[in-house]
Amino acid sequence: MSENDGQRFDRLPATPADREVEGRASREEVVDWWEERFGVDPETFEDVTFWEKGSGKIWAFSADLPSPIRVEGLGMTVLRTRQEHWKPTTTGVKRFARDATKNVIELEPGEASAFAAGHDQQLDRWDGDWGYLIAAHELAGEREPIGVGLYLHGELRSRVPKGYQEDLAVLD
Amino acid sequence: MNPLDRYERLVDDAEAFRDACDRPLPSVVRVNEQRVTPERARRALDEEGVEYERVEWNDRLLRLPEGSPGTSWPYVHGWLHGQEEVSALPALALDPNPGDRVWDACAAPGSKTCHLADLMDDSGVLIGNDNNLGRLSALRHNAERLGVSNLVVTNKDARNFSLDQIGIDALDGAVADVPCSCEGTCRKNPDVLEKWTMNHVEGLVGVQKGILSRAISLTRPGGEVVYSTCTFAPEENEAVVDHALETTDAEMMEWDAPLETAPGVTEWEDQQFDESLTKAHRVYPHQNDTGGFFVAKLRVGGADAGDEEVEA
Repeated sequence: MSENDGQRFDRLPATPADREVEGRASREEVVDWWEERFGVDPETFEDVTFWEKGSGKIWAFSADLPSPIRVEGLGMTVLRTRQEHWKPTTTGVKRFARDATKNVIELEPGEASAFAAGHDQQLDRWDGDWGYLIAAHELAGEREPIGVGLYLHGELRSRVPKGYQEDLAVLD
Repeated sequence: MNPLDRYERLVDDAEAFRDACDRPLPSVVRVNEQRVTPERARRALDEEGVEYERVEWNDRLLRLPEGSPGTSWPYVHGWLHGQEEVSALPALALDPNPGDRVWDACAAPGSKTCHLADLMDDSGVLIGNDNNLGRLSALRHNAERLGVSNLVVTNKDARNFSLDQIGIDALDGAVADVPCSCEGTCRKNPDVLEKWTMNHVEGLVGVQKGILSRAISLTRPGGEVVYSTCTFAPEENEAVVDHALETTDAEMMEWDAPLETAPGVTEWEDQQFDESLTKAHRVYPHQNDTGGFFVAKLRVGGADAGDEEVEA
């Protein structure tokens, strides 16, 4: 088995059996993970290729190109692997998990604003899984994901990256 | 000197032109249709009490009289992107199809690139290149915020960009929105007029010609290239395109601009340009209450350059 080269994008192997780089996630595992964790339909990723650049950072690209490839960016980051609990990115859930059916916590207006500003908050009403959740709220008649939260011991910790945090109006 | 003096004889109403250049520019956002419909975006702004006016020539553009959208929910969700009205023109002119292979030669900070992705329905291969590594992080941030997943980001000099590193043989289209003297942004940055020198313009022209030539040579026969600047100087506009018409197999294409424009000029000082340069578009600030802009659309020629070429 070879090592991951953090300077280039390598396409993920199709299945664990095709794996040539130690510890690298496979496409099958990534698609299964989104389905198991958030109920995202595997068809969502039908035209998407997955790549690793950096240790465990997974990028989704809506086309295919020869692997490996040395460029500055390829699609968007969607997932962090190579750790005990895989962690979705804020941009990943907003792009690919808008229709998620599992582990989505719907926030009230004040909670939504606090979450977007990066604040952690006590939310005892959640009785689903612990771990990474999609925080969403209702806007203009439909549910919209805001980002990723980490739910532990009755607390929802905002994982909205600093560059995306905003102080927003509380909507009635 | 004030470079705007040079252009008074090109415009239909010099006084209106100068008055418009002195007024601040309205703040405009583009609705990102990958995330939301224009109707839902407007409804969300209504719910939040954010005032906006619709731009009559494009229902994806909204003017915000109160200024920045930076702290509204629609902005946070990547539904809106702050983008000047005229800077929507290059992507509209190229009008790429889903699945196309498109190059944005000078992509950072990414407004036009993300607009291209939107028109491509976030499919195909969109290459966003910029020679400035620092500005690429803004491009990446904007693309992720707007949910663009078909973008390859590269950091090369556009003048000798190669598709080999990406493994594709030719482009279907390219946008060369080149570095320029930015006179057309004077409503946002009055500084550009004070710092203007003819030397600077002359220095830019070589770079502009190099980037446009490269865009044409990377594009397949029948493919299209859009050349644009945010400046009025014919040296940076018609003269650069004229040079490409003379030295490559590209030809000017008709494009119906969706807002009021003036045709490209065919003579300037002691220079004559190809007659087809009248198909280019000049946008003066007083015409649509926007910034200034220049856009030309070219078709790359060659053996199988498409039906329109054969009929001509």
